[in-house]
This record gives sequence, C-alpha cells and structure tokens, in this order.
Amino acid sequence: MNLCWTTLPQNLKLTRHGCDRGVGMNGAGIFGAIFARDVRLAWSQGGTGTMALSFFLIAVTLFPFGVGPEPQTLARIAAGVIWVVALLACLLSLDRLYQADYEDGSLDDLALSPLGLTGVAAAKILAHWVATILPLVALSPVLGMLMNLDGDAYGMLLLSLLIGTPALSLIGSVGAALTVSVRRGGVLMSLLVLPLYVPTLIFGVGAIDAAAGMTDALPHLAFLGAVTLVALVIGPVASAAALRLSLE
Amino acid sequence: MHRFANPAEFNRLADAILPWAKVVMAAAFLYGLYLALYASPADYQQGESVRIMYIHVPAAWMAMFTYMVVAVASFTALVWRHPLALLAGKAAAPIGLVFTGLALLTGMLWGKPMWGTYWVWDGRLTSVLVLFFLYLGYMALWRALDEEDKAGRAASILALVGVVNIPIIKFSVDWWNTLHQPASVMRMDGPSMPVEMLWPLLTLAVAYKAYFVVVLLYRMKLEINLRKLSVLSSLEVQG
Amino acid sequence: MTGRHHSSFETRVLKADGLATSRGGRRVFEGLSFELHAGGLLYLRGPNGSGKSTLLRLVAGFVKARAGTLTYGDSDWTVNAPAYDAALIYAGHDNALKPVLTLRENALAYVSLMTGEAPAAARLDGAARLFGLTALLDRPARFFSSGQKHRANLMRFALLDRPLWLMDEPTVGLDAVSRQSLADLMTSHLAAGGMIIAATHDPIGVDGDELVLDNFTPKLEIDEAWL
Repeated sequence: MNLCWTTLPQNLKLTRHGCDRGVGMNGAGIFGAIFARDVRLAWSQGGTGTMALSFFLIAVTLFPFGVGPEPQTLARIAAGVIWVVALLACLLSLDRLYQADYEDGSLDDLALSPLGLTGVAAAKILAHWVATILPLVALSPVLGMLMNLDGDAYGMLLLSLLIGTPALSLIGSVGAALTVSVRRGGVLMSLLVLPLYVPTLIFGVGAIDAAAGMTDALPHLAFLGAVTLVALVIGPVASAAALRLSLE
Repeated sequence: MHRFANPAEFNRLADAILPWAKVVMAAAFLYGLYLALYASPADYQQGESVRIMYIHVPAAWMAMFTYMVVAVASFTALVWRHPLALLAGKAAAPIGLVFTGLALLTGMLWGKPMWGTYWVWDGRLTSVLVLFFLYLGYMALWRALDEEDKAGRAASILALVGVVNIPIIKFSVDWWNTLHQPASVMRMDGPSMPVEMLWPLLTLAVAYKAYFVVVLLYRMKLEINLRKLSVLSSLEVQG
Repeated sequence: MTGRHHSSFETRVLKADGLATSRGGRRVFEGLSFELHAGGLLYLRGPNGSGKSTLLRLVAGFVKARAGTLTYGDSDWTVNAPAYDAALIYAGHDNALKPVLTLRENALAYVSLMTGEAPAAARLDGAARLFGLTALLDRPARFFSSGQKHRANLMRFALLDRPLWLMDEPTVGLDAVSRQSLADLMTSHLAAGGMIIAATHDPIGVDGDELVLDNFTPKLEIDEAWL
C-alpha cells in the first residue's frame, strides 16, 4: 500500500516545517474555514439563506392586506414593519444555527477546534449574518418601496439595518445555543430571545422615523451601535458557554 | 464544598430564619395595609385609586429585586458551581413572576380610572412587561431540559444575559416612550411625595421582602426534599 | 507500508488519576486511573452503559470530571480544554458529515477546522483510498450508506497528525477489508509513537491493554450529599 499522504510533514502544534508562518495555530485560517463552510451550507439545499429571504418578502407583503393599502398608513408603519419582519426572519433562520451541528455530531468537532468554542461561535455568527441577514438588508429598499417608505428614509433604512442586525444574530445565537438540545426548540428560543431584541428594534426604527421626519437620526444610530457592541461582547462568550452544556 | 452547599446545613439555617421572617412579614403586612387602606389620606388628584399604588409600587420593586436575586444566584451557580445557588434561582423565579404579574395587574387597574383605559404603553409598565417575558423565558428553559443540572446552568446563562440587558431595555423603552408620548402621562409617584404616603409604601415594601424570604426558603426546602426523593428512589432501583 | 512515521509526535504521557463523573445526576464511574505512554493502546471494555463513551468524552473535554485529575504531560485537562493543545482526534457515534457537502468538502472542512489549512490533495486521496472511498470523494454525503458514512468518519485519523486518538466503536459496520485497513492505520500510528483509546466490543487485531470499566462502578450511584 502506498500511503502517499504520509510524506507530508508531521506536525503537532499545527506548524508546518518549511512554512513561513509563525509558530502557533492558524486561527484566522480556522475562523475563515468555519465561516466559509457555514456560508456555503446556508446557500445550499435546505439552507436558511433562501428561506429567510422569501419569508422576509412574503411577510412584509401581508401587511397591506392587513391594514389596507392607503399610502399614508403604509408609510407610517413601513419602518416598523420592515424591522419587525427582518427580526422574525433572523429568528427563524437562527433556529438551526447550532442544532444541525448538534444532531450530526459536528458540534463535537467544533468543540475540539484549537480556535476554542468562543471563536467558533463568533465565526458561525458572522457567517449567519453575512449569508442570511445581509441579503435581507440588500432587499429592504424594495420592501420600502412596497410599503411606500418616505423617500428621505431609504439610506437610513439600509444604515440602521446594517448597524442593528448584527445584534440580532449575536443575541439570537445565545438563544439558539441554549435550546440546541431541545426538540422543537424554535418556539422556546423565540421566548428567550424576543424580549432581548426590544432595544435594537426601538433604536433601529427610531433612526428611520427620525430620517423620515427630518430630525436628527444620529442619537438613535449611536445607541443602536452601542447595543450591537454590547451584544458583540456577550454573544460569542455566552453562546460558547451554552454549547458546552450540550456536549455533556 | 461551601458551608451552605450542604443541604442539611442549609435546612438548619432556613429553619432558624423562618420564624423571624414570618413575624416580620405578618407585622409589616398588618401595619402596612392598615396605613395604606385606612390611615393614609386619599390623593387630591387621584382620589381613592391612589391606594392601588401601595400595592403596585412595592410589587414593581420586588419584580426587579427578585430578578437581581436570580442573577446573583445564577452567577454563583455558574462560577462556583454551587448546587444550592442553582436551586435558589429556580425557587426565586416564580415568586418574581408573581410579583411582576401583580405589578402589571395593579398597574392596569390603576390605569383604568386614571387614563381611562387598562393598558397604556407607558414606559414603566412596558419595562415591567418585558421583565415578565424574561421570567417566563427563564422558567421555560428550566423546564425544557431533562437534566436538572444542565437545565439550571442553561437558565443561569440566560439570566446573566438578561441582567446585562435589563438596563439597556429599560433605557430604550424610556427613550421610545418619550418619543411617542411627549405629553407625559401622570406619574404614579411624584417627586414630592407626602410622608403619610411614603410610610405605608415603605412598610409594605418590607412586608413584601419578608414574604419573599419566607416563600423562597420554603421553596428551596421543597426543592431539596424533591432531590432527596429522587436520590432515594434511584437507590431503591439500584437495590 | 512504505517507511513512514519517524516518531514525529511530541507524545506526552496521558495520566488519569481517580476520575469520577456523573451523567443525568447519577455517578457513572469513580476512582478510575490509568496511564498511557507513547505507543500505548488502551481498550475500554464493559457492557453498555458502563461509561465507555462517557470516559472518551471526558478525555476529549466534553464531559467534566466530578473528581480526580486528567493530565496530558504538564497540561491539566480537567482544568483547560484539551482542544487548545490540539493533541487529539475524536470519532464518536455520529458521523459528523454534512449531507449536502461532498466527501472531499467534508474532509476539507474537518482538516481546516482543526488546522486552519486545507489538507494536501495527495493526503486526502490516500485517506479515501485507505477506506475504499475514492469513487465517492465527489459525491454528496447524503447519498452514502451508513457503512460508507462510518468509513468516511474514520478517514479523519488518516487526515490529521495528532498523538492521541479517541475511537468510539470504530469497527461497527466495517467489512473485513476496511477493518484490516483500520488495524494497519492504528498499528502504524502506535509505531510512530501515537496513543489510542478505543471503546470496542470487537477484536481489532492490534495488541493493547484493557481497562474494564466494571471495576470502577461507583459504590453509590448518587450524590450522597443530598441525603
């Protein structure tokens, strides 16, 4: 048997002989690999990417049927509707963030990565945001049009979603990690996470309303960013702690 | 092992505290209710409805206070793996939920004569409502996981995430409230509260605290007994 | 076998001393001690439920020890997660394959998760050949039979260089040829100074020590503090 793979240099500390990279592990490489894997999975068959995007589109179009097609009514609620539906789409897609890995055993592998579970969670959250939420943000002006959003508010719609939605992924990740071993954990997860989404929703919609009303949106955006920063500190650490529980 | 991590030690301590807590509770409730419902004057603006406030405000305080207790217990349970702290969080949460519910209910009852409607998206009431949801989530997570230990630690993580978020939620709700209701609604407690109104409020707050201690200790003793029971029954199975 | 594995592992001693753990509120084992040196193979024996998988998961750092210590060289694995030492490969009951990814993509994802770098193509091909999976390399894993999935899972041992292998029932559902390949792989790993802990009912055909978990059954399966 010719085992040609054995000719590779053996390594223990993840350094390779003849490699000009410094000693120690290749953390950026691992982070990138997890990110790439999750983005790929989100956009392959059964992934959350298309699902969340379709949900976003369909759910927003329901509102005119519910409240009537008067342009003024729609314009008044446009920002709130788009934000709430984006938030729900995020929640729906987070349901499987860790559960798929838990069910097929890859969570064990993730936990053994030298990057550490906190880093792994951060990579997965970033992948979720880029693969699932960013398309929603990109689509939001179209929905703004359908909802007759004030012409001055489009830029702020994009900006507030860009600044605010990372907090949704970060906080939602904690909920997803806590309910990873619960069958049909999605409903429970909503119960855990939705109250924590309140500040993001308030500041996100506030910024758009301010822009539409020609007042200063900056304070709203500043607080929105602050909420995201707090979520950035809490999210990966708390997710990792929760995931560790499910390994036992 | 911590001293009070020993259930027997804890039971002794609880039994020593309980009678005193009960006396304080009974005395404070009797005196407080006498002051609140009889001895204090009706408000010149709110009339007799002001008496709802004596029930409402301490309940709202307790709602917050109990969440802090749950958070501290959670922190202790996670960092020092203290088994009784886990049970303390579990035992405290339903009490907090009841106080939160009481605050909401009395707030609504007070709102009807004051605002003409049971529910107004007032900043305080809304914050308490969100707190109510946080309690529900904490308790639901405890019930969702089979293993007591795991469920407790998961709920503890949630409680800590929640406690970091509470000031943010509170601030954002106040912010939102001032944006949407520039004509400020009547506040339940003005800055200049007369002494004859402050006194029943504080007495009832003490009564609520004592009630909390009594129920918490009983619930913890109950949880310990349930643990004992499951341990004994597993011994039986083992033969 | 071509000449390989010039003892290039920096193998340290894995030492368990008085380990105890519980699962679902019940003690699984207690007072469990063993030592594993370079080239050592430890078979875990015992009936179902005796804690073989739990011990493997404890060594991997997934399950916390309630008592005792587990050290790998000067690294205390009861305190610090073994993951940071990048010293072990774990294969559990689940195959950890993403159904929509091909075998090649799955293997690539695994290696880069552990090292941050893609495996050399030649090495990946070699690992696939070893377990008779060459023809399946570019097929999505959802089309695999359960035996193929299991072999695909075993490929990880040929893809990474880590001194300690943790194998949970590695022979289940393996045909004679693959079983021989696995035995060869294990032999060469041990010859290179590696270490293996394997929970298995079947004989694999590689010599090793036995750890009988029945010997560490707790006297009282409960936490007596609650009594």
